[in-house]
Amino acid sequence: MKENLVSEKGRTAPSKLSWRTLRQRLRANRKNLLEKGMAALFFVAACASILAVALICIFIFQGGYEAISQIGLFEFLGGTRWKPTADPPSFGIFPMIMGSIYVTGGAILIGVPIGILSAIFMARFCPKRLYRWLKPAFELLAGIPSIVYGFFGLMVLVPLVRQFFPGNGNSMFTAWILLGIMILPTIIGISEAALRAVPESYYEGALALGASHERAVFKTVVPAAKSGILAGVVLGIGRAIGETMALLWVCGNQARLPDSIFDGVRTMTTNIVLEMGYAADLHRQALIATGAVLFAFILLINALFAALKHKEMRS
Amino acid sequence: MNRLKRKNAVPAAQGVPAAGINQVTWKERLASYRRDPLSLALRLVVCLAAAITAAVLLALIAYILIRGIPHLKPSLFELHYNSENVSMFPAMVMTLYMTVLCLLIATPLGVGCAIYLTEYAKRGNKVVEVIRLAAETLSGIPSIVYGLFGMLFFVTALGWKYSILAGACTLSIMVLPLIIRSTEEALKSVPDSYREASFGLGAGKLRTVMRVVLPPAMPGIVAGIILAVGRIVGETAALIYTAGTVAKITGNPMESARTLSVHMYALSSEGLHTNEAFATAVVLLVTVLLLNALSNWIAKRITKG
Repeated sequence: MKENLVSEKGRTAPSKLSWRTLRQRLRANRKNLLEKGMAALFFVAACASILAVALICIFIFQGGYEAISQIGLFEFLGGTRWKPTADPPSFGIFPMIMGSIYVTGGAILIGVPIGILSAIFMARFCPKRLYRWLKPAFELLAGIPSIVYGFFGLMVLVPLVRQFFPGNGNSMFTAWILLGIMILPTIIGISEAALRAVPESYYEGALALGASHERAVFKTVVPAAKSGILAGVVLGIGRAIGETMALLWVCGNQARLPDSIFDGVRTMTTNIVLEMGYAADLHRQALIATGAVLFAFILLINALFAALKHKEMRS
Repeated sequence: MNRLKRKNAVPAAQGVPAAGINQVTWKERLASYRRDPLSLALRLVVCLAAAITAAVLLALIAYILIRGIPHLKPSLFELHYNSENVSMFPAMVMTLYMTVLCLLIATPLGVGCAIYLTEYAKRGNKVVEVIRLAAETLSGIPSIVYGLFGMLFFVTALGWKYSILAGACTLSIMVLPLIIRSTEEALKSVPDSYREASFGLGAGKLRTVMRVVLPPAMPGIVAGIILAVGRIVGETAALIYTAGTVAKITGNPMESARTLSVHMYALSSEGLHTNEAFATAVVLLVTVLLLNALSNWIAKRITKG
């Protein structure tokens, strides 16, 4: 009804027209208005993600700025003492930054070789009948909630590591294994797609030159898919550095620089979850700033991923 | 002569049905591997890696199921939670509530955005690039950062306190890129001839999109939404500091409540109810498994129909 009124306003001297044409025009106008309105609505929906990103950036970085301006940038990023409740408190997240980097690096060390080789198997070696089962299974690995991974780590990996290695099991090493498993589906998915995108002629050419199937795959197909595989690894790094719940009960959470890989570490993500529940004032702001640093890391990794994908598309 | 030829023949790719002159027997393959041990090593390594991945997945699922299923007692499904029965039923109901609320927010936005990107936006539009970049950025943000943002914006700045609505809003931003991407792909897979035929019959843009393009794209969209449900059900880090951890059934979206994964987090960090945590893990895992299977099944229907 409202639309009717609006469209009638724009009309000049409606009395001169017969009722029928008036109705027709009204209907056409209403349709036009609906078209325009819905187009605008779709556009607004599309802008929601821009708004979301903008809001996230503003709130996280603003919260982080408040803390860093009070603590001091160098003190915050470079300080090795995290004693938020001591008097005077000290907020140095350097151990957490290094913890995140160590844990991610180890996860890459374990996850990337297995992931890439599995992707090669899926793309080039897997019999069709097996593939029908294996593909959804590997996708499932990505769907398992991280809290379940964390619970599995707590119940299985931690006792296992405690039994066979020094330390109490809550260690960087345990975190490596668990995160290495968790990033597998990301790496497999993207690498497999990249491998499949390589033109078949590369492989056939290698075969025609007398290479075996394995050599043809490893010497022509894999190098051709290099940037795509690298993109998968970068995305895996992003997943690993942002992982929270899976690490919580596995990595030990000691806020200090580890001496060996069997020592516990604390990452930026677990730092936030562990202390946000009771933190107040500057402590709370320092945790938000930890999130800001993490967010900055993620944005960097995202940019790297986009650049790699761009490069792959161009080639 | 013939023998020589066959000896030098390249073994056909595995999986290709061996027939006629291309046939490679096991003996021949073995011989070629003896001449070229590197090939054999490469094949073994590749198979081993895939076997490890599959074994890890199997071990994880089997372990959770075996340890958890015996503890699925009726008392876990009682209507009210208390520290005696540690019932997960309220958490299950609130997971459903959270999911519905979240989809109510995220689906219109995500599908609308995808429709704009594929159907309305002109080629080379700068806004489109910015939207794509934003969606990609969103999909890379870890859930703990979403949680922090939700706490700062919905809980504190908007003053919603720990509430289901704050959690649902946070999660809907999180699953937005997933819905956008799957809807976009589904819309792109609809042939242009459908659109052209519709325009040719005199239908307008909106009618074409709603009546002609959306119906065949529906399975793809639904598959994406189900994947999003999987993410919502499994999410913990984004909810602890937005929706809180109160274990009770409530219809009021401004009240705090815990979902199943938050329930599991609470049980496990208390450390007193390991068995119940296992049982919760079973319910979570089975839900996610079913959702994944459903999504796959629906997605497969696109390629068929």
